Amino acid sequence: MTIATDPETQGWFQRNRMIITPLMFLLPGVLFFAIYVIIPIFQSFYISTYEWNGLGDLSEQGEFVGLDNYRELMTDRAFEVSLWNNVKWLALYLLAIPGGLFIALFLNQTIVGIRLYKSLFFFPFVISQVVVGLVFSWFYLPREGLLNGFLGLFGAGPVNVLGDPTLATYGIIAAGLWPQTAYCMILYLTGLNAVDPEQIEAARLDGARGRRMLWHVILPQLRPATFIAFVVTIIGALRSFDLISIMTNGGPFGSTRVLSFYMFEKALSEYGFRMGYGSAIAVILFLIMLVFIGYFLWSMWRDERDARR
Amino acid sequence: MFPTPIEKRSRAAQITYQSLVPLALVMWLMPLIAVALFSIRPGVDFSNGNYWGLPSSFELFTNYGKVFFESDMPRYLWNSVLITVPTVIGAVALSCMTGFALGIYRFRGNLLIFFMFIAGNFVPFQILMVPVRDLTVDAGLYDTKLGLILFHIAFQTGFCTLFMRNFIRALPYELIEAARVEGVKEWRIFWFIVLPLMKPAIAALSVLIFTFIWNDYFWAVVLTQGPDAQPVTAGITSFNSQFVAQYHLMSAGSIVAALPPVAMFFLMQRHFIAGLTLGAVK
Repeated sequence: MTIATDPETQGWFQRNRMIITPLMFLLPGVLFFAIYVIIPIFQSFYISTYEWNGLGDLSEQGEFVGLDNYRELMTDRAFEVSLWNNVKWLALYLLAIPGGLFIALFLNQTIVGIRLYKSLFFFPFVISQVVVGLVFSWFYLPREGLLNGFLGLFGAGPVNVLGDPTLATYGIIAAGLWPQTAYCMILYLTGLNAVDPEQIEAARLDGARGRRMLWHVILPQLRPATFIAFVVTIIGALRSFDLISIMTNGGPFGSTRVLSFYMFEKALSEYGFRMGYGSAIAVILFLIMLVFIGYFLWSMWRDERDARR
Repeated sequence: MFPTPIEKRSRAAQITYQSLVPLALVMWLMPLIAVALFSIRPGVDFSNGNYWGLPSSFELFTNYGKVFFESDMPRYLWNSVLITVPTVIGAVALSCMTGFALGIYRFRGNLLIFFMFIAGNFVPFQILMVPVRDLTVDAGLYDTKLGLILFHIAFQTGFCTLFMRNFIRALPYELIEAARVEGVKEWRIFWFIVLPLMKPAIAALSVLIFTFIWNDYFWAVVLTQGPDAQPVTAGITSFNSQFVAQYHLMSAGSIVAALPPVAMFFLMQRHFIAGLTLGAVK
């Protein structure tokens, strides 16, 4: 086959095909993503400077209030509670990473049926958070719940986990840790599979074993898995909504609200349709997330630069 | 292999380990097992306070029969299917194209667009909620399946693009160069060379997105409201208010709602895990 290399004889499209083709391929995806994801982020910033009940057009029905919504947030007790709960979620959710590593180390053996065991351990992650929430709220029930049935065996008393304002958030986080730990476990199991056996043998010959081996030889090789576990756990912690909505609906006395839930409550539930105020909460949540997103992107950017061909 | 393979340990250690694993598994899945046990009990057991003893009768078929024939559950399940399947097709199709463009071509702004997709994929849903709901209402798509599908496709394209682009990057580039030298048109390279090689990625992504979308609750609540369009995750709450405090029926209902992604996972396990752990190994 002969190839036409003379630019004069080629059409405009043919000459620019290395630019046109990727643009054509990108167009539908980028368009969709821009309309539904990128532009709404900026719109939310804009809406947060309005007092608006979501009806009609923002510019006609809404009232521009500048930074008033943010000023109101500063003195809002419920906002403060939500923010603190987010901090608790972030800190405690990270336990899923060592938890997942522990289970992965426990299961990284070859016995009969281990594949099935691994899948069954992973199982909670596949179930929707709604069902996880239901399952755990029944688990915690004061009379019918398994937890209190179990505590009763030791004469301990019924604890109404979700009805107690000081305990409820921890109860929900525990429910969230269940699928998240399973996720981290599968990441680490895959990572452990790829650990270089020669290095382990060499370290064994040098007398490393147990915890020292784990810390100095295994964990450094598991870094990619740890990074992903970290990313998904942070994002998961800040996205927590389903569990709270299902298990306590923010209660008792608003003690289990987090920013994502409080935003929804302000903007869309029976507490009124304050779209502007809700957006202001969302903006704060977004800015918190942005710190982490920035870090993740920076890490990926570094890898990308190193891998450039 | 780390930790030390159990075969190299003493016989006693092996037996301990082999009995410890099932025990740990039962403990791990205990809340779920409890719900499964609830779902085969008759309602009387709950009024008699017989929660954990032997069931007074075995009511698997009655309870699950009620879920399927005396509630809106089948409608919700069908809605979930009608929302999930088009989303999977749409998101995978779009991201095959974006992944191809970003993985194969070098042009200015390539990395920038790629990172826009990644960053968008991480944002909290709440920052999108008001504008997306507004957009959907304005388009007349509020409380329709299409409204949910369109949003899901758009949002999932972020994650799918990340996935596809990295997968395409790992393909042998010489193949494409060779085809270009032969004078093969760019779209034919996509269709006849790259796409067939992407089958494993398409399979992995499909099961993954299926699970994500099936399990979505937030957007279902924000963009739909009745049994006409709501998927099963949102429908389960109205199911539970229909059978309030009837734990045997609520348990059966939530097991039914959870089942499709579980089945998907067990059937396509290899693809699922390959998709989920992409990047966990370098």
